[in-house]
Amino acid sequence: MPGLVVNDLHVFHGAIRAVDGLSFAVETGQLAAIIGANGAGKTTLLRALTGLKSVQSGSATWNGESMLRQKPENLVRQGIVHVSDGKSVIPELSVKENLSLGGLWRRDKKDVAIVTAEVLDLFPRLSERMSQSADTLSGGERQMLAIGRSLISRPSLLLLDEPSLGLAPLVIEQIFQAIKSLQARLNLTVVLVEQNAMSALRIADIGVIVNLGRLVTVGSSQELINNPALRAAYLGY
Amino acid sequence: MSRIINTLLIGISGGSIYSLMSLALVLVWRSTRVVNFAQAGQAILSTYIGYVVVTHTDNYWLAFPVALLSGALIGALVDIFLIRILARRANSGPVAAIAPVIATLGLLGLIRAIVGMIWGGDLRRFKLPVTNHGFTFGHTTIPFAPINLLIVVTTVIVMLIFSVIFQRTNLGLALRASAFSPEIARLAGVRVDLTRTIGWAFAGAAGAIAGVLVTPTNYLSPNSLDLLLVSGFVAAVIGGLESLIGAAVGGLVLGISLAFVLEYISSSLAFPVAFVVLMAVLLIKPAGLFGGKRVRSA
Amino acid sequence: MLKRKPAAQVQIDMDKNIARRKIVGATFFMFLGIALFIASNIVDELRVYQGATVAVYVVAISSIILLTGYSGQISLGHGALMAIGAYAAVLSRNYWNFPIPLTFAVAVLAAALFGALLGMAAGRLSGPYLAGTTLALAVGLPSLANQFKILGGEEGLTYDVGFPPLSLGQDFTQYKWFFWIAALAALAITWVIFNILGSRYGRQWRALRSNPTAAALLGVHVARSKVLAFTISSGIAGLAGALMSMTISLVTPSAFPLSLSFAIVTGAVLAGVTLLTGSIVGAVVLVAIPEVTAALATHLGGSEKVTSNLPGLMMSTLLILSVLFFPNGPQLHRRKTRKS
Repeated sequence: MPGLVVNDLHVFHGAIRAVDGLSFAVETGQLAAIIGANGAGKTTLLRALTGLKSVQSGSATWNGESMLRQKPENLVRQGIVHVSDGKSVIPELSVKENLSLGGLWRRDKKDVAIVTAEVLDLFPRLSERMSQSADTLSGGERQMLAIGRSLISRPSLLLLDEPSLGLAPLVIEQIFQAIKSLQARLNLTVVLVEQNAMSALRIADIGVIVNLGRLVTVGSSQELINNPALRAAYLGY
Repeated sequence: MSRIINTLLIGISGGSIYSLMSLALVLVWRSTRVVNFAQAGQAILSTYIGYVVVTHTDNYWLAFPVALLSGALIGALVDIFLIRILARRANSGPVAAIAPVIATLGLLGLIRAIVGMIWGGDLRRFKLPVTNHGFTFGHTTIPFAPINLLIVVTTVIVMLIFSVIFQRTNLGLALRASAFSPEIARLAGVRVDLTRTIGWAFAGAAGAIAGVLVTPTNYLSPNSLDLLLVSGFVAAVIGGLESLIGAAVGGLVLGISLAFVLEYISSSLAFPVAFVVLMAVLLIKPAGLFGGKRVRSA
Repeated sequence: MLKRKPAAQVQIDMDKNIARRKIVGATFFMFLGIALFIASNIVDELRVYQGATVAVYVVAISSIILLTGYSGQISLGHGALMAIGAYAAVLSRNYWNFPIPLTFAVAVLAAALFGALLGMAAGRLSGPYLAGTTLALAVGLPSLANQFKILGGEEGLTYDVGFPPLSLGQDFTQYKWFFWIAALAALAITWVIFNILGSRYGRQWRALRSNPTAAALLGVHVARSKVLAFTISSGIAGLAGALMSMTISLVTPSAFPLSLSFAIVTGAVLAGVTLLTGSIVGAVVLVAIPEVTAALATHLGGSEKVTSNLPGLMMSTLLILSVLFFPNGPQLHRRKTRKS
């Protein structure tokens, strides 16, 4: 069953075509890595999908229903959660408060408690720091917090924008492993936007390579890793 | 000694009103990062509505909740019709930073003109809910009357209610999150627009309470709350716009300083003194007394 | 591929541009001056007086444009700075018998000095905190005059610029004299500001306004630049205050209410906060609105309640609409540039 289907999407950033006729599909339960150089339009793509940026033309559907031109808070209620790049936690609030933001809108408070406990189990460093203000966390911990918060919303489609940004290689590995195991366990559909192509492709099912807002190629992660031309261009060796 | 205590009491009573007004300003600032100059306009309109109820029913205690509710409603309407549009349109260019200031100033003038058109500019008296005559202990009468006690007690209750809401409820968390980082809050599922409107409604209610509390001791006219706006703003800045406690403390600091100046020096030095107090505080703490170390730029 | 110009050529072109700008500017102002001179001889007394008021507002509004539009700082208290200039001018006239042009200079200096102090204190303040401080100033300062007898208290001090010199002819009226002085001052000040804004200080302010951090990294001394803007803006406001007092021949606290500070900020927004020549638009609107609404009110009839509030209603509505729909003003000369 088609999960996320993006078709001929055009998004402008000022006068520049940030996303230029992009089309790709991610099946339900797959982890797709969107790879490309800086400025390739990857972040704009995610922002356009979740209503933070206006879309010029094209379509994007999740399980058959259009997801475009809706407010992000409405998409959350449909199971689509976007963890943005860079500042994804609110520094003035405590860790506990940041986490609970993900469950504020939910009626089923019992389930919120259950999944919060699971998140703290998955990221024990967070449970140590519950009452601390979020700006005392390291980069890796903030990323865990942001992802943890998104899980409390019980998403079915998770859009992650460069979770590895600014993190040490060891931490990146941890985060990526966590993402992979979560995806498998919860049968999430994950779209992972990354500059860190190699690490991303290793945990992904499919890879979508983007350059200057246009699609370069789509394929299974294995094919892409083993393709020498692509390796040279995008993976560096 | 008794003169000092009397002055202190007057200062606390006056300061409570400033605290309420500054609370309204801080509430809006914390939920929208806008300084609402129209707050005095919203408050005076709510007060006039309360006045209508009082003159028709001769019952102050009925007017109070009516004014409060109308204040909340007006606040919500201002957010929906003015601020949301403003946020969408004026978010770039040199005017962006001051656009909300100008818009709310304009709204202040607009509401005042409308109030003037409906009710005219003549001074009206607002019935006192409780007496204006100071408490008497034996032979001495202090300048602190039941009305002043009502003002102080109401202020404390309002502050407590809002503190509890902000710090301990989900709504309060949503309000704070929406104020600090509206985008992250949205991505987490918080209905930021609705939350902000609620913040404005709260602020409108607080301003209305200040209006109906202070007007019985004074008089009612379209301009009667203007000075309160300035005092409330100064009090809010002294306290640091970021905290409700700051609003309360700022109001008291201002009220007490003004009372002492009025009593011991002269009455026309009131506002110059307010300015000096403000500057003194800001020179030491550019973000106000409770503004926190990080000076958040507007 | 564009061929790069050699550095020397670039410098020559830049200098030519600056020179060209100055010549165009000077010519424009000269023609404007001549036009105003001709107009004042044709138009009736009331208009001439209004013209003087417009000129005063032009000066006041341009001080806000410099401060807010260019250096990005907000002031709701420029009425108080106008008061400082006015009082300084009248005191120097009454106690030291300074000739009128010198009193204007005193007005500028006194207000500029205060503005420098204020700017230094305000340097650490951002947005709303600065607004609050200037608001308190606007309300607090004028009432000081009631305290000190030397400042004339409530009734104020008379500021008499004297009659027009006989050399201008017998029917040269007092109002025309006011207009000439005010218009000349307005032209001169606008010319000065025009040049300052084109200088490196103007560029620094623009950099400061859009991105203070980047500006600092590029070597702009942020604090100093901001204080300079405040100082100059205050001096100009001081001149406006002196000019305004000239037109009413009086300096009193009630001439500088809070609404004055609001009015000139309003005028600056209507002008398009960064457009210097828009100050004329803003000033004209400020003076025209009371007149237009008065005419409208008598036309529509209605109670005193309605007519006395109509100007305020119109002005406020206009202000809200212009901020909502034309946040950058009438854009009279703007080239089509991309949103920054």
